Amino acid sequence: MTEPKLPWSVQENPLLCQWIDLSEPGIARVFSAKVEIGQGIVTAVTQIAAEELRLPMSKVVVVSGDTRCCPNESYTAGSMSIEIGGTSVRMACAEARKAIVERAARMLDAEESRVTADGGLILLDGAPSRLDYWQVAGEVDWKRPITGTAPFTAPESSTYLGRNVARLDLPAKVAGAAFIHDLELPGMLHGRVLRPPSYGARLGSLDRSAVEHLPGVVKIWQSGDFVGVCCEREYQAVKALEALRVGAAWIESEVSSDTRSWRELLPTLRSIDSETEAGERLAGAANVRRLSATYSRPPIAHASMAPSCAVAIYDEGRLTVWTNSQGVFPLRGALASALGLDEARVAVIHVQGAGVYGHNGADDVALDAALLARQVPSRPVRIQWNREDELAWSPLGSPMVVEIESAVSPAGDIVDWSTEIWSGPHGQRPRARGPVNLLAAAHVDPPIPFPEAYEVLSGFAGGARNSEPGYDMPHRKIVLHSLPGLPFRTSALRTLGGYANVFATESFMDELADAAGADPVEFRLRYLSDPRARRVIETAVRLAGWQSNAERGTGRASGIGFARYKNTAAYVAVIANVEVHQDVRVAKVVGAVDAGLVINPDGVVNQIEGGILQSISWTLKEQVVFDGRRVTTRTWEEYPILRFDEVPELEVGLIERPDCPPLGVGEAAQGPAAAAVANAVARALDFRIRDLPITRERIVAASAAASA
Amino acid sequence: MSTTHTIVVNRQPHRVTVDHYETPLLYVLRDDLGLKGTRFGCGNGSCGSCTVLVDGHAERSCELPVWSIEGKSVTTIEGLGTLDRPHPLQRALIDFQAGQCGYCLSGIIMTAAELIGTGAEPSREKIVAALDANLCRCGAHTRIVKAIEAAWKASIQGAAR
Repeated sequence: MTEPKLPWSVQENPLLCQWIDLSEPGIARVFSAKVEIGQGIVTAVTQIAAEELRLPMSKVVVVSGDTRCCPNESYTAGSMSIEIGGTSVRMACAEARKAIVERAARMLDAEESRVTADGGLILLDGAPSRLDYWQVAGEVDWKRPITGTAPFTAPESSTYLGRNVARLDLPAKVAGAAFIHDLELPGMLHGRVLRPPSYGARLGSLDRSAVEHLPGVVKIWQSGDFVGVCCEREYQAVKALEALRVGAAWIESEVSSDTRSWRELLPTLRSIDSETEAGERLAGAANVRRLSATYSRPPIAHASMAPSCAVAIYDEGRLTVWTNSQGVFPLRGALASALGLDEARVAVIHVQGAGVYGHNGADDVALDAALLARQVPSRPVRIQWNREDELAWSPLGSPMVVEIESAVSPAGDIVDWSTEIWSGPHGQRPRARGPVNLLAAAHVDPPIPFPEAYEVLSGFAGGARNSEPGYDMPHRKIVLHSLPGLPFRTSALRTLGGYANVFATESFMDELADAAGADPVEFRLRYLSDPRARRVIETAVRLAGWQSNAERGTGRASGIGFARYKNTAAYVAVIANVEVHQDVRVAKVVGAVDAGLVINPDGVVNQIEGGILQSISWTLKEQVVFDGRRVTTRTWEEYPILRFDEVPELEVGLIERPDCPPLGVGEAAQGPAAAAVANAVARALDFRIRDLPITRERIVAASAAASA
Repeated sequence: MSTTHTIVVNRQPHRVTVDHYETPLLYVLRDDLGLKGTRFGCGNGSCGSCTVLVDGHAERSCELPVWSIEGKSVTTIEGLGTLDRPHPLQRALIDFQAGQCGYCLSGIIMTAAELIGTGAEPSREKIVAALDANLCRCGAHTRIVKAIEAAWKASIQGAAR
């Protein structure tokens, strides 16, 4: 018999006691490091645990993201929380129930086959025995390793899996305090950090005199280019920061004077190159038509609704931090390194924040809070960024240029395919490179600068995510030009490179279809033998009422985009209907998704809807502007996002496959949605815009070029 | 120089002292009155996260000096409804699972509360127009609009009973 394959999280945290605690009668505590970031994970994990423990959800308490008691599952990222974290909890809970039943059988002196568990009771021959879970739990050895041999509840007989359970966290969020921002600890101080005005700026001098005597100021702390202030009340801190800003003299320098577009600029930058090639070019095809096209996207911002916030207390050499970081364990290590503390003396506790779409400022503000808390021992310090710093100093999604070249034969066969990508790094999370990787660490004296970051195809290569076209082709070549020298910090933002790569691949598939004189849907299906891929496209086509022979250049059109996220997660097809005059109006969007076993169908639909809308916002509106010194898009006016009156009608079709493993959906819709909109715009205008975002200015310029 | 103001929040009078005359209502609500459901988003009134009702009108509390609401009546999300006795808008947002991270929702609820408070049936266009200055980053917009439509119907039925 082969050993069952254990998910990564179980391999790293093999003991049952790392996942479950039944020491309090009536309650099952389940531990997970996968944290709520607005995606509904805590509800889904509670469903999974309740299912396998055969307990009502009300008896299951999921404790998530607390380094004091949770398993170290690294980050909540990559759409893997259900696939890896959820499966791990499922395995642990199934095994816990099995262990309890086995032990109960011995305590009842009965054959195991006669003993079952339901609702926390131990049943003997289907009737309640004298034992419940918690009486038996005291007799079970919880330090046993998880073997993965306990069977899961079959989907068809499950109570909670595949059910629309309402989000557990939502009621509090519509009624009052619910977020890290709302945490109030006794004696808590409110702090602010004075960020440099630009990337290369150094602090020349700081006049504290106008600040020291302001009401409520408890501490002003400067170290190198880092300046922070702590006050008794929050608005005092706002005013103190204003005064600090006036009193600070910075020496600024240009870090890049190149003002070319990203499309022109990125291929000229120093790069670390890697490539892969697979298959053989189709031989013998004559009269092939060769095409190439280049696409780009600008840097984009997380633009979370809330500015980053954290609370820290430093007491007798121990540091405790409350944060909405996606990775409490890596953050703990980074904080310990930055502060020169033993990791065992640092606790990091997750508290929910506003939507987290990747590596934003949550980790950085935790170090801000920790640094200032150390200056006022035994008093909790709450730090909140302002909107301007949130948009300017959070890591950005990297600008990217993607060039694709391919050839089709007269018979419509794809002869070869090559994708060349220029991108900054997408993985600069704390501890992903070097011991720290936090903003304030690079500003204090002595600084811990950000290490040079780049990606190669043989390792973690966020820039190449989804660069592999998911179609049947005889040959493909991928070249990644990783750019370590971008003048600003880039890191993980929802889909990493997947958004730009799917936008490019799926735009190019339409360009190839045009060259072959084929309908875009029919052309894609020619190269898709995977039945699950075909089915999502066919479902979207059916829901949207796709018309293959629609006229072009009428100002109205439909477009399609398809991808399987990471080539391993959920399959999504999106069809967008647009109307284009000078602006693009997306009238209706239909999505179809296959995510394997679905824990919470409405939760999946909600994620896909949100992914589509966020992608439309990126695709039509968003670009971070960098003027050579600083990010200048620092307010909602300068960095507009999708508004209510720009939101299309939405419909999402869910293809349920309860017999297949669950697949992550949080990042699955963004690439296909971008491509669907871009392809629709291209059909509506009868010319294509290959640089994002597709703004009025770009449409006007491309229109002039097309008619010239 | 500190100043003291008498304000009415959720039907309760409060005397509050602020160190800076222009202190926005938002900070008084959150820090002095402990009403954390009103949220900071941008500080310049452009995202709607901090919306409260002032004499029934949706206002941005992040740029509303506390002195300016003396003699007026402020309602925050906590005054609109509670988990035990939710307002139809709170009920409907939960029913429609109209949220992902939920940070924008209290401001959106307060904006919609003004609309619903008029008693006139809000068309979808009116709802969308009312929410023009409320931002949502997660993409819960379509569910939010549907929930507000349902909340209006529920509030009319509730009033008729």
